[in-house]
Amino acid sequence: MNLSRPARLLLRVALVAGLGVIYVPLAVVILNSFNADRTFGWPPPGLTFQWWRSAWNSSGVRDALWTSVQAGLGATAIALVLGTMAAFAVQRYRFFGKNTVSLLIVLPIALPGIVTGIALSNTFHTVLGVPLGMLTVIVGHATFCVVTVYNNVLARLRRVGLGLEEASADLGADTFTTFRLVTFPMMRSALLAGGLLAFALSFDEIIVTTFTSGAGVRTLPIWIFENLFRPNQAPVVNVVAAALIVVSIVPIWLAQRLSGETATR
Amino acid sequence: MTAEAAVGNERGTGLRRGVAAYLHRHALVRLSLLLSAPLLWLGLAYLGSLAALFVTAFWSTDTFTGDLVKVFTWANFHDLVTGDVYRTVALRSVGVAAAVTVIDLVIAFPMAFAMAKLASPRAQRWLVILVLTPLWASYLVKAYAWRVLLSSDGILGWGYGLTATIATLSYLWLPYMILPIYAGLERLPNALLDASGDLGARGRRTFRTVVWPLTFPAVVAGSIFTFSLSLGDYITVKIVGGKSQLIGNVVYDNIGAANNLPFAAAVATVPVVIMLVYLAAVRRTGALENL
Repeated sequence: MNLSRPARLLLRVALVAGLGVIYVPLAVVILNSFNADRTFGWPPPGLTFQWWRSAWNSSGVRDALWTSVQAGLGATAIALVLGTMAAFAVQRYRFFGKNTVSLLIVLPIALPGIVTGIALSNTFHTVLGVPLGMLTVIVGHATFCVVTVYNNVLARLRRVGLGLEEASADLGADTFTTFRLVTFPMMRSALLAGGLLAFALSFDEIIVTTFTSGAGVRTLPIWIFENLFRPNQAPVVNVVAAALIVVSIVPIWLAQRLSGETATR
Repeated sequence: MTAEAAVGNERGTGLRRGVAAYLHRHALVRLSLLLSAPLLWLGLAYLGSLAALFVTAFWSTDTFTGDLVKVFTWANFHDLVTGDVYRTVALRSVGVAAAVTVIDLVIAFPMAFAMAKLASPRAQRWLVILVLTPLWASYLVKAYAWRVLLSSDGILGWGYGLTATIATLSYLWLPYMILPIYAGLERLPNALLDASGDLGARGRRTFRTVVWPLTFPAVVAGSIFTFSLSLGDYITVKIVGGKSQLIGNVVYDNIGAANNLPFAAAVATVPVVIMLVYLAAVRRTGALENL
């Protein structure tokens, strides 16, 4: 390509600067988790592990973490089933309203979270009369998690084609056997990547959670938000934030190894 | 066990075989079964909830008891359209969403281009990971990081307000813009760029006539995220926005403090209508396949 040397240099500088902008705030959070100064004075007057200790011993943090894990697992399980079914339908069949189905799956993340949140909470409250709690959080999360599984499975189906499944049928395997021995193994890593993304999406969600969780259910983001404006909790909130940044490296590393391709959502 | 033996053991009972054979012959039944659960969930439950919310927007609340009054009224929409406050807030929200989208585009495009066209395949893999990783870090954590940076005794020290909101939202949604554009540029064959150059076009002309038109759907796909996510946000505004309000805050306050669900529902239709118009407008560009 005929890009001039200065242009190339400029683009490279833009890339490095952009990555710098992305990472500096995160680095500051991690550094501040060791900041001996309660109000994060800069530069830090000294370093300490004290905040990490108090976060580890905080029952509020532990309970919230467990709640988030439960909600994430529930939502991911539902999203895996619904997303896979929808992806198979859309990729393997021609039918009227196919584009509408894809649009319907994207809709919960395309619409502002607050709309999904109050629409679902209104349905639970006034239409169905279901008390808000863990179950309603899982339903809310699953609604917007379907799309991640759907996208991953759809991409995989596009790539693998029908050949192996037809061969399996020709060799005498029925529909279920073919699914178990041929289709599912081909889908496995796509399902894992989609499931990981769904879990991460659920784990991080706060807006839909705010409206679908009752008084008793406090996920980690809700806990962080509740404590964000309390000055004496600031160091512990900061430690939780730092821990989440470090932990977030694990799933991305896994998803990359699993999918090989870039799973953007 | 070999696959063949496994298949042999799988013959199973007659009923199972019957169901399998039936499904094998009837594609329509297979399709209906596959679509049933997703459509019940998203088509019936989710769209139904949205519809129910929309209906609520035409009701009102009793000022004394706070109960819903289920009688049709245009009052909420009337207030929404005539109230200067709401018009200002709506315009401000669209303005913030547009500003965030433009800022992200300006930052993301050169980054994505350098990733897709200048980096070696090995470096590309790492760069994608570098861009993806912060996407996994909690939304709140990132907004919080900016609260710390922007606080008056922080490193940047801009203080809180509308500028802080735009900066934070741009930061939050930047990866959502980089990744679709990167994917779009990666699909763009290098041969096209070379051909353009061989035919005498300089960098700028190649960009305008080859790169931009072909990556436009990807840019639009990215803008759907940045625009929609900014439009509905109220958390970031609460964290770094100071006193300024966006549509999301008006909705939130009407549900919480004011206990006026019908009016909140009416306000919530504003971002929905804007997003639906946006989605309908961009459907033709093929952006939805780039999400």
